[in-house]
Amino acid sequence: MRRREEGGGCHYPYGMSTDIESRIRAVLAQHAKLQADAATLPVDADLYAAGMSSHASVNVMLGLEGDFDVEFPDHMLTRSVFASIAAIQAAVTELTAA
Amino acid sequence: MSADSAPLRFSAAGRLRTGIDLVHVPRIAASLAELGERFLQRLFTPDERAYALAAPVHTAERLAARFAAKEAVIKALNLSQVGVHWRDIEVCRAADGACSLALHGRAAEAARALRITEMSLSLSHEGDQAVAVVVAFSDPAVADHPSP
Repeated sequence: MRRREEGGGCHYPYGMSTDIESRIRAVLAQHAKLQADAATLPVDADLYAAGMSSHASVNVMLGLEGDFDVEFPDHMLTRSVFASIAAIQAAVTELTAA
Repeated sequence: MSADSAPLRFSAAGRLRTGIDLVHVPRIAASLAELGERFLQRLFTPDERAYALAAPVHTAERLAARFAAKEAVIKALNLSQVGVHWRDIEVCRAADGACSLALHGRAAEAARALRITEMSLSLSHEGDQAVAVVVAFSDPAVADHPSP
């Protein structure tokens, strides 16, 4: 398992998952322009149905890249990757594990 | 009702494809202010950035029109699940102001696979709105796409 060198916080797997989800929710709250509250939205809720436009999804992607220090490769720049919190979490988990 | 009144249906994946996108210019300006250089670098090619930044008063509307063009191409060619980088869809501007499209990378691959032989682009902006329309024509008879 890759660990952060600094910054503190939880380093065990279950804590990381929760941390990733909360950071994704914070990025959504800042960039997604949702009609719903990003903090309480179900993880499998359709973000586009909740009001996220294609332009907002780009801002979400850039926000995620900045927050997690990753870059989404071309093949992950699809509508479905950003369609829900769960889908984003799967993508971020894959990128941060690489 | 006559026997031949069945609806005349047209395939969404026929030889003629269209895409349209409307962009709110102030939101592009907000993205630019909020995300800065990363927003520019990730979405726009060097030539697109140079043109947009050449006239600061028009930067947001020029970027908005180009973003709309990229989204319109994605719609016209049904690329939302293909995974295409925005810089792989480029708006080229001729000296006389006429705009056309150039596709690179996975966007070009997808266009070749769809046998797209012609694409036409129209951009407009007025006030807070920018719009782009793309028309693409595919010719299934073309075995190999013409070289760039």
